[in-house]
Amino acid sequence: MSASGEAVNVEGTRHWRNVVLLWLLASVIMVPVVVFVLGPGLPPGNGSVEASGQTSDNIVLLALATPVALGVLVYLGYALWAFRERTPEVVLDGPPIRGNSSVQFWWLIVTTTLVLFLAGFGTIRLLADGAGGGQGPNPLATPSVPAVGSRLVVQVVAQQWQFNYRFPAYGGVETNQIELPENTLVQFNVTSLDVIHSFWAYELGVKADANPGVNNIAYVTTKGPLLFHVRCAELCGLWHGYMFNQGQVVPKTQFAAWIAQQRVKFAPATKTLPPYSKTYFPHAQRRAG
Amino acid sequence: MTAVGKRIVGITVFAAIVCVVIGLYIGLYLTNVPGSAAATETSAGAELYLGTVPAAAVNDPHPTWVSYYAVDAGAKNWQHKTTYVLPANTLVHVTIYNFDSASALRNNWFGQPTGTVGGVITLDGKTTQGIDPDLASHVFSIPQVGLAVPLEGISATAKNPCSNAPCDLSFDHTTTTFTFRTPGKGLYRWQCFVPCAAGYIAGFGGPMQTVGYMDGFIKVV
Repeated sequence: MSASGEAVNVEGTRHWRNVVLLWLLASVIMVPVVVFVLGPGLPPGNGSVEASGQTSDNIVLLALATPVALGVLVYLGYALWAFRERTPEVVLDGPPIRGNSSVQFWWLIVTTTLVLFLAGFGTIRLLADGAGGGQGPNPLATPSVPAVGSRLVVQVVAQQWQFNYRFPAYGGVETNQIELPENTLVQFNVTSLDVIHSFWAYELGVKADANPGVNNIAYVTTKGPLLFHVRCAELCGLWHGYMFNQGQVVPKTQFAAWIAQQRVKFAPATKTLPPYSKTYFPHAQRRAG
Repeated sequence: MTAVGKRIVGITVFAAIVCVVIGLYIGLYLTNVPGSAAATETSAGAELYLGTVPAAAVNDPHPTWVSYYAVDAGAKNWQHKTTYVLPANTLVHVTIYNFDSASALRNNWFGQPTGTVGGVITLDGKTTQGIDPDLASHVFSIPQVGLAVPLEGISATAKNPCSNAPCDLSFDHTTTTFTFRTPGKGLYRWQCFVPCAAGYIAGFGGPMQTVGYMDGFIKVV
């Protein structure tokens, strides 16, 4: 090898060392920032056990993605700085680019490991904390925290353009507002009377499609008192953007008082409702055209 | 002028014409806002009179569509307006003359009025806590404030039904009155919950998906 060839190799090694050191430094600084500073603020928050699990998953994903993103950015920044043209009046062609089997090998090993790990991690976490997602009538993922006492079943009845809530354990009363007791396992049975909607209780970590004729089950284990927002997450017609309301997680005694009040308030409507069912197929007369 | 010059001038003129046409279209679209009707303010609150008909006026762009209208106390002056201006934090006394027949509710829950003062309405002068869901013709609902009032339809065998707006009170109709308190200032939407759009899939197309017929706004000022 010529003297100039050795000089190029030494120079190349120095650049690689610089890039790796800069990348390590950036990662050591940014990963803790992501985990401990940005992480707690990631959605959907800590409003329920399921929401907390989803937030933890998002932190892990972001923490793993951070060094990858930093690797690209550091390499780009270093290349722009180190290989800039210092004598712009003399335009020279750069050295020929050759493959580096060692770099290719490790690139494949690292990225494959990352992707496989994420696939495994995602699958395990989905089964562990995926209960907040609608899973159809026979859910695979069940709540990670065993229920204390019996679960509260709340049927979400979507229609253009309002969510109503039916409580089969309380005489089948239906309300246009929702309150849930704290520290309780809630089973949402989500269905629709017309088109496809999506019940998205953001702070609870619950999102389940509301399909006509389908009982889509999602679970949530409430924590302490909380104000949460419900939105439709499926484009469903003219007033889709207005299909929202708020709900509350309240102490159990307050919930008992509220549901008793609702039973009295909506007693006339309850008498006319069809018996509680997991799905409803409106009578032909009620489908107009 | 060279051939290239003529071509450039031609393209420029064409582009200018296209821009003017697009500008006119956007301008007309933005200024073609449905009109609004204001409630009449009295010492006892505000009064709003509405009419619902099985079909809009014959000269309407959609003369077969079911629709709401703003009317006066005697149902004489009919205006095809579905944006209603109401004063904030005020009791509003609403009277709705319904000339349409029943379509039946998809969700019986809406057969009970909610959000009205006392949780009641009056139907043809009689106070009630709800109507038979199968006799519902329309629901006047402002979901954001929890108001929903079912309107009973006229009999399917009515002898003197009104076919198109305007309809005076000599035609068969039901009269529903109720009172509710308006929220703070803001723009709220109202809608119907009865699948009353005959001829459309599930009764929820056409007038049910179009502001100006079975949907509109409540502008609280």
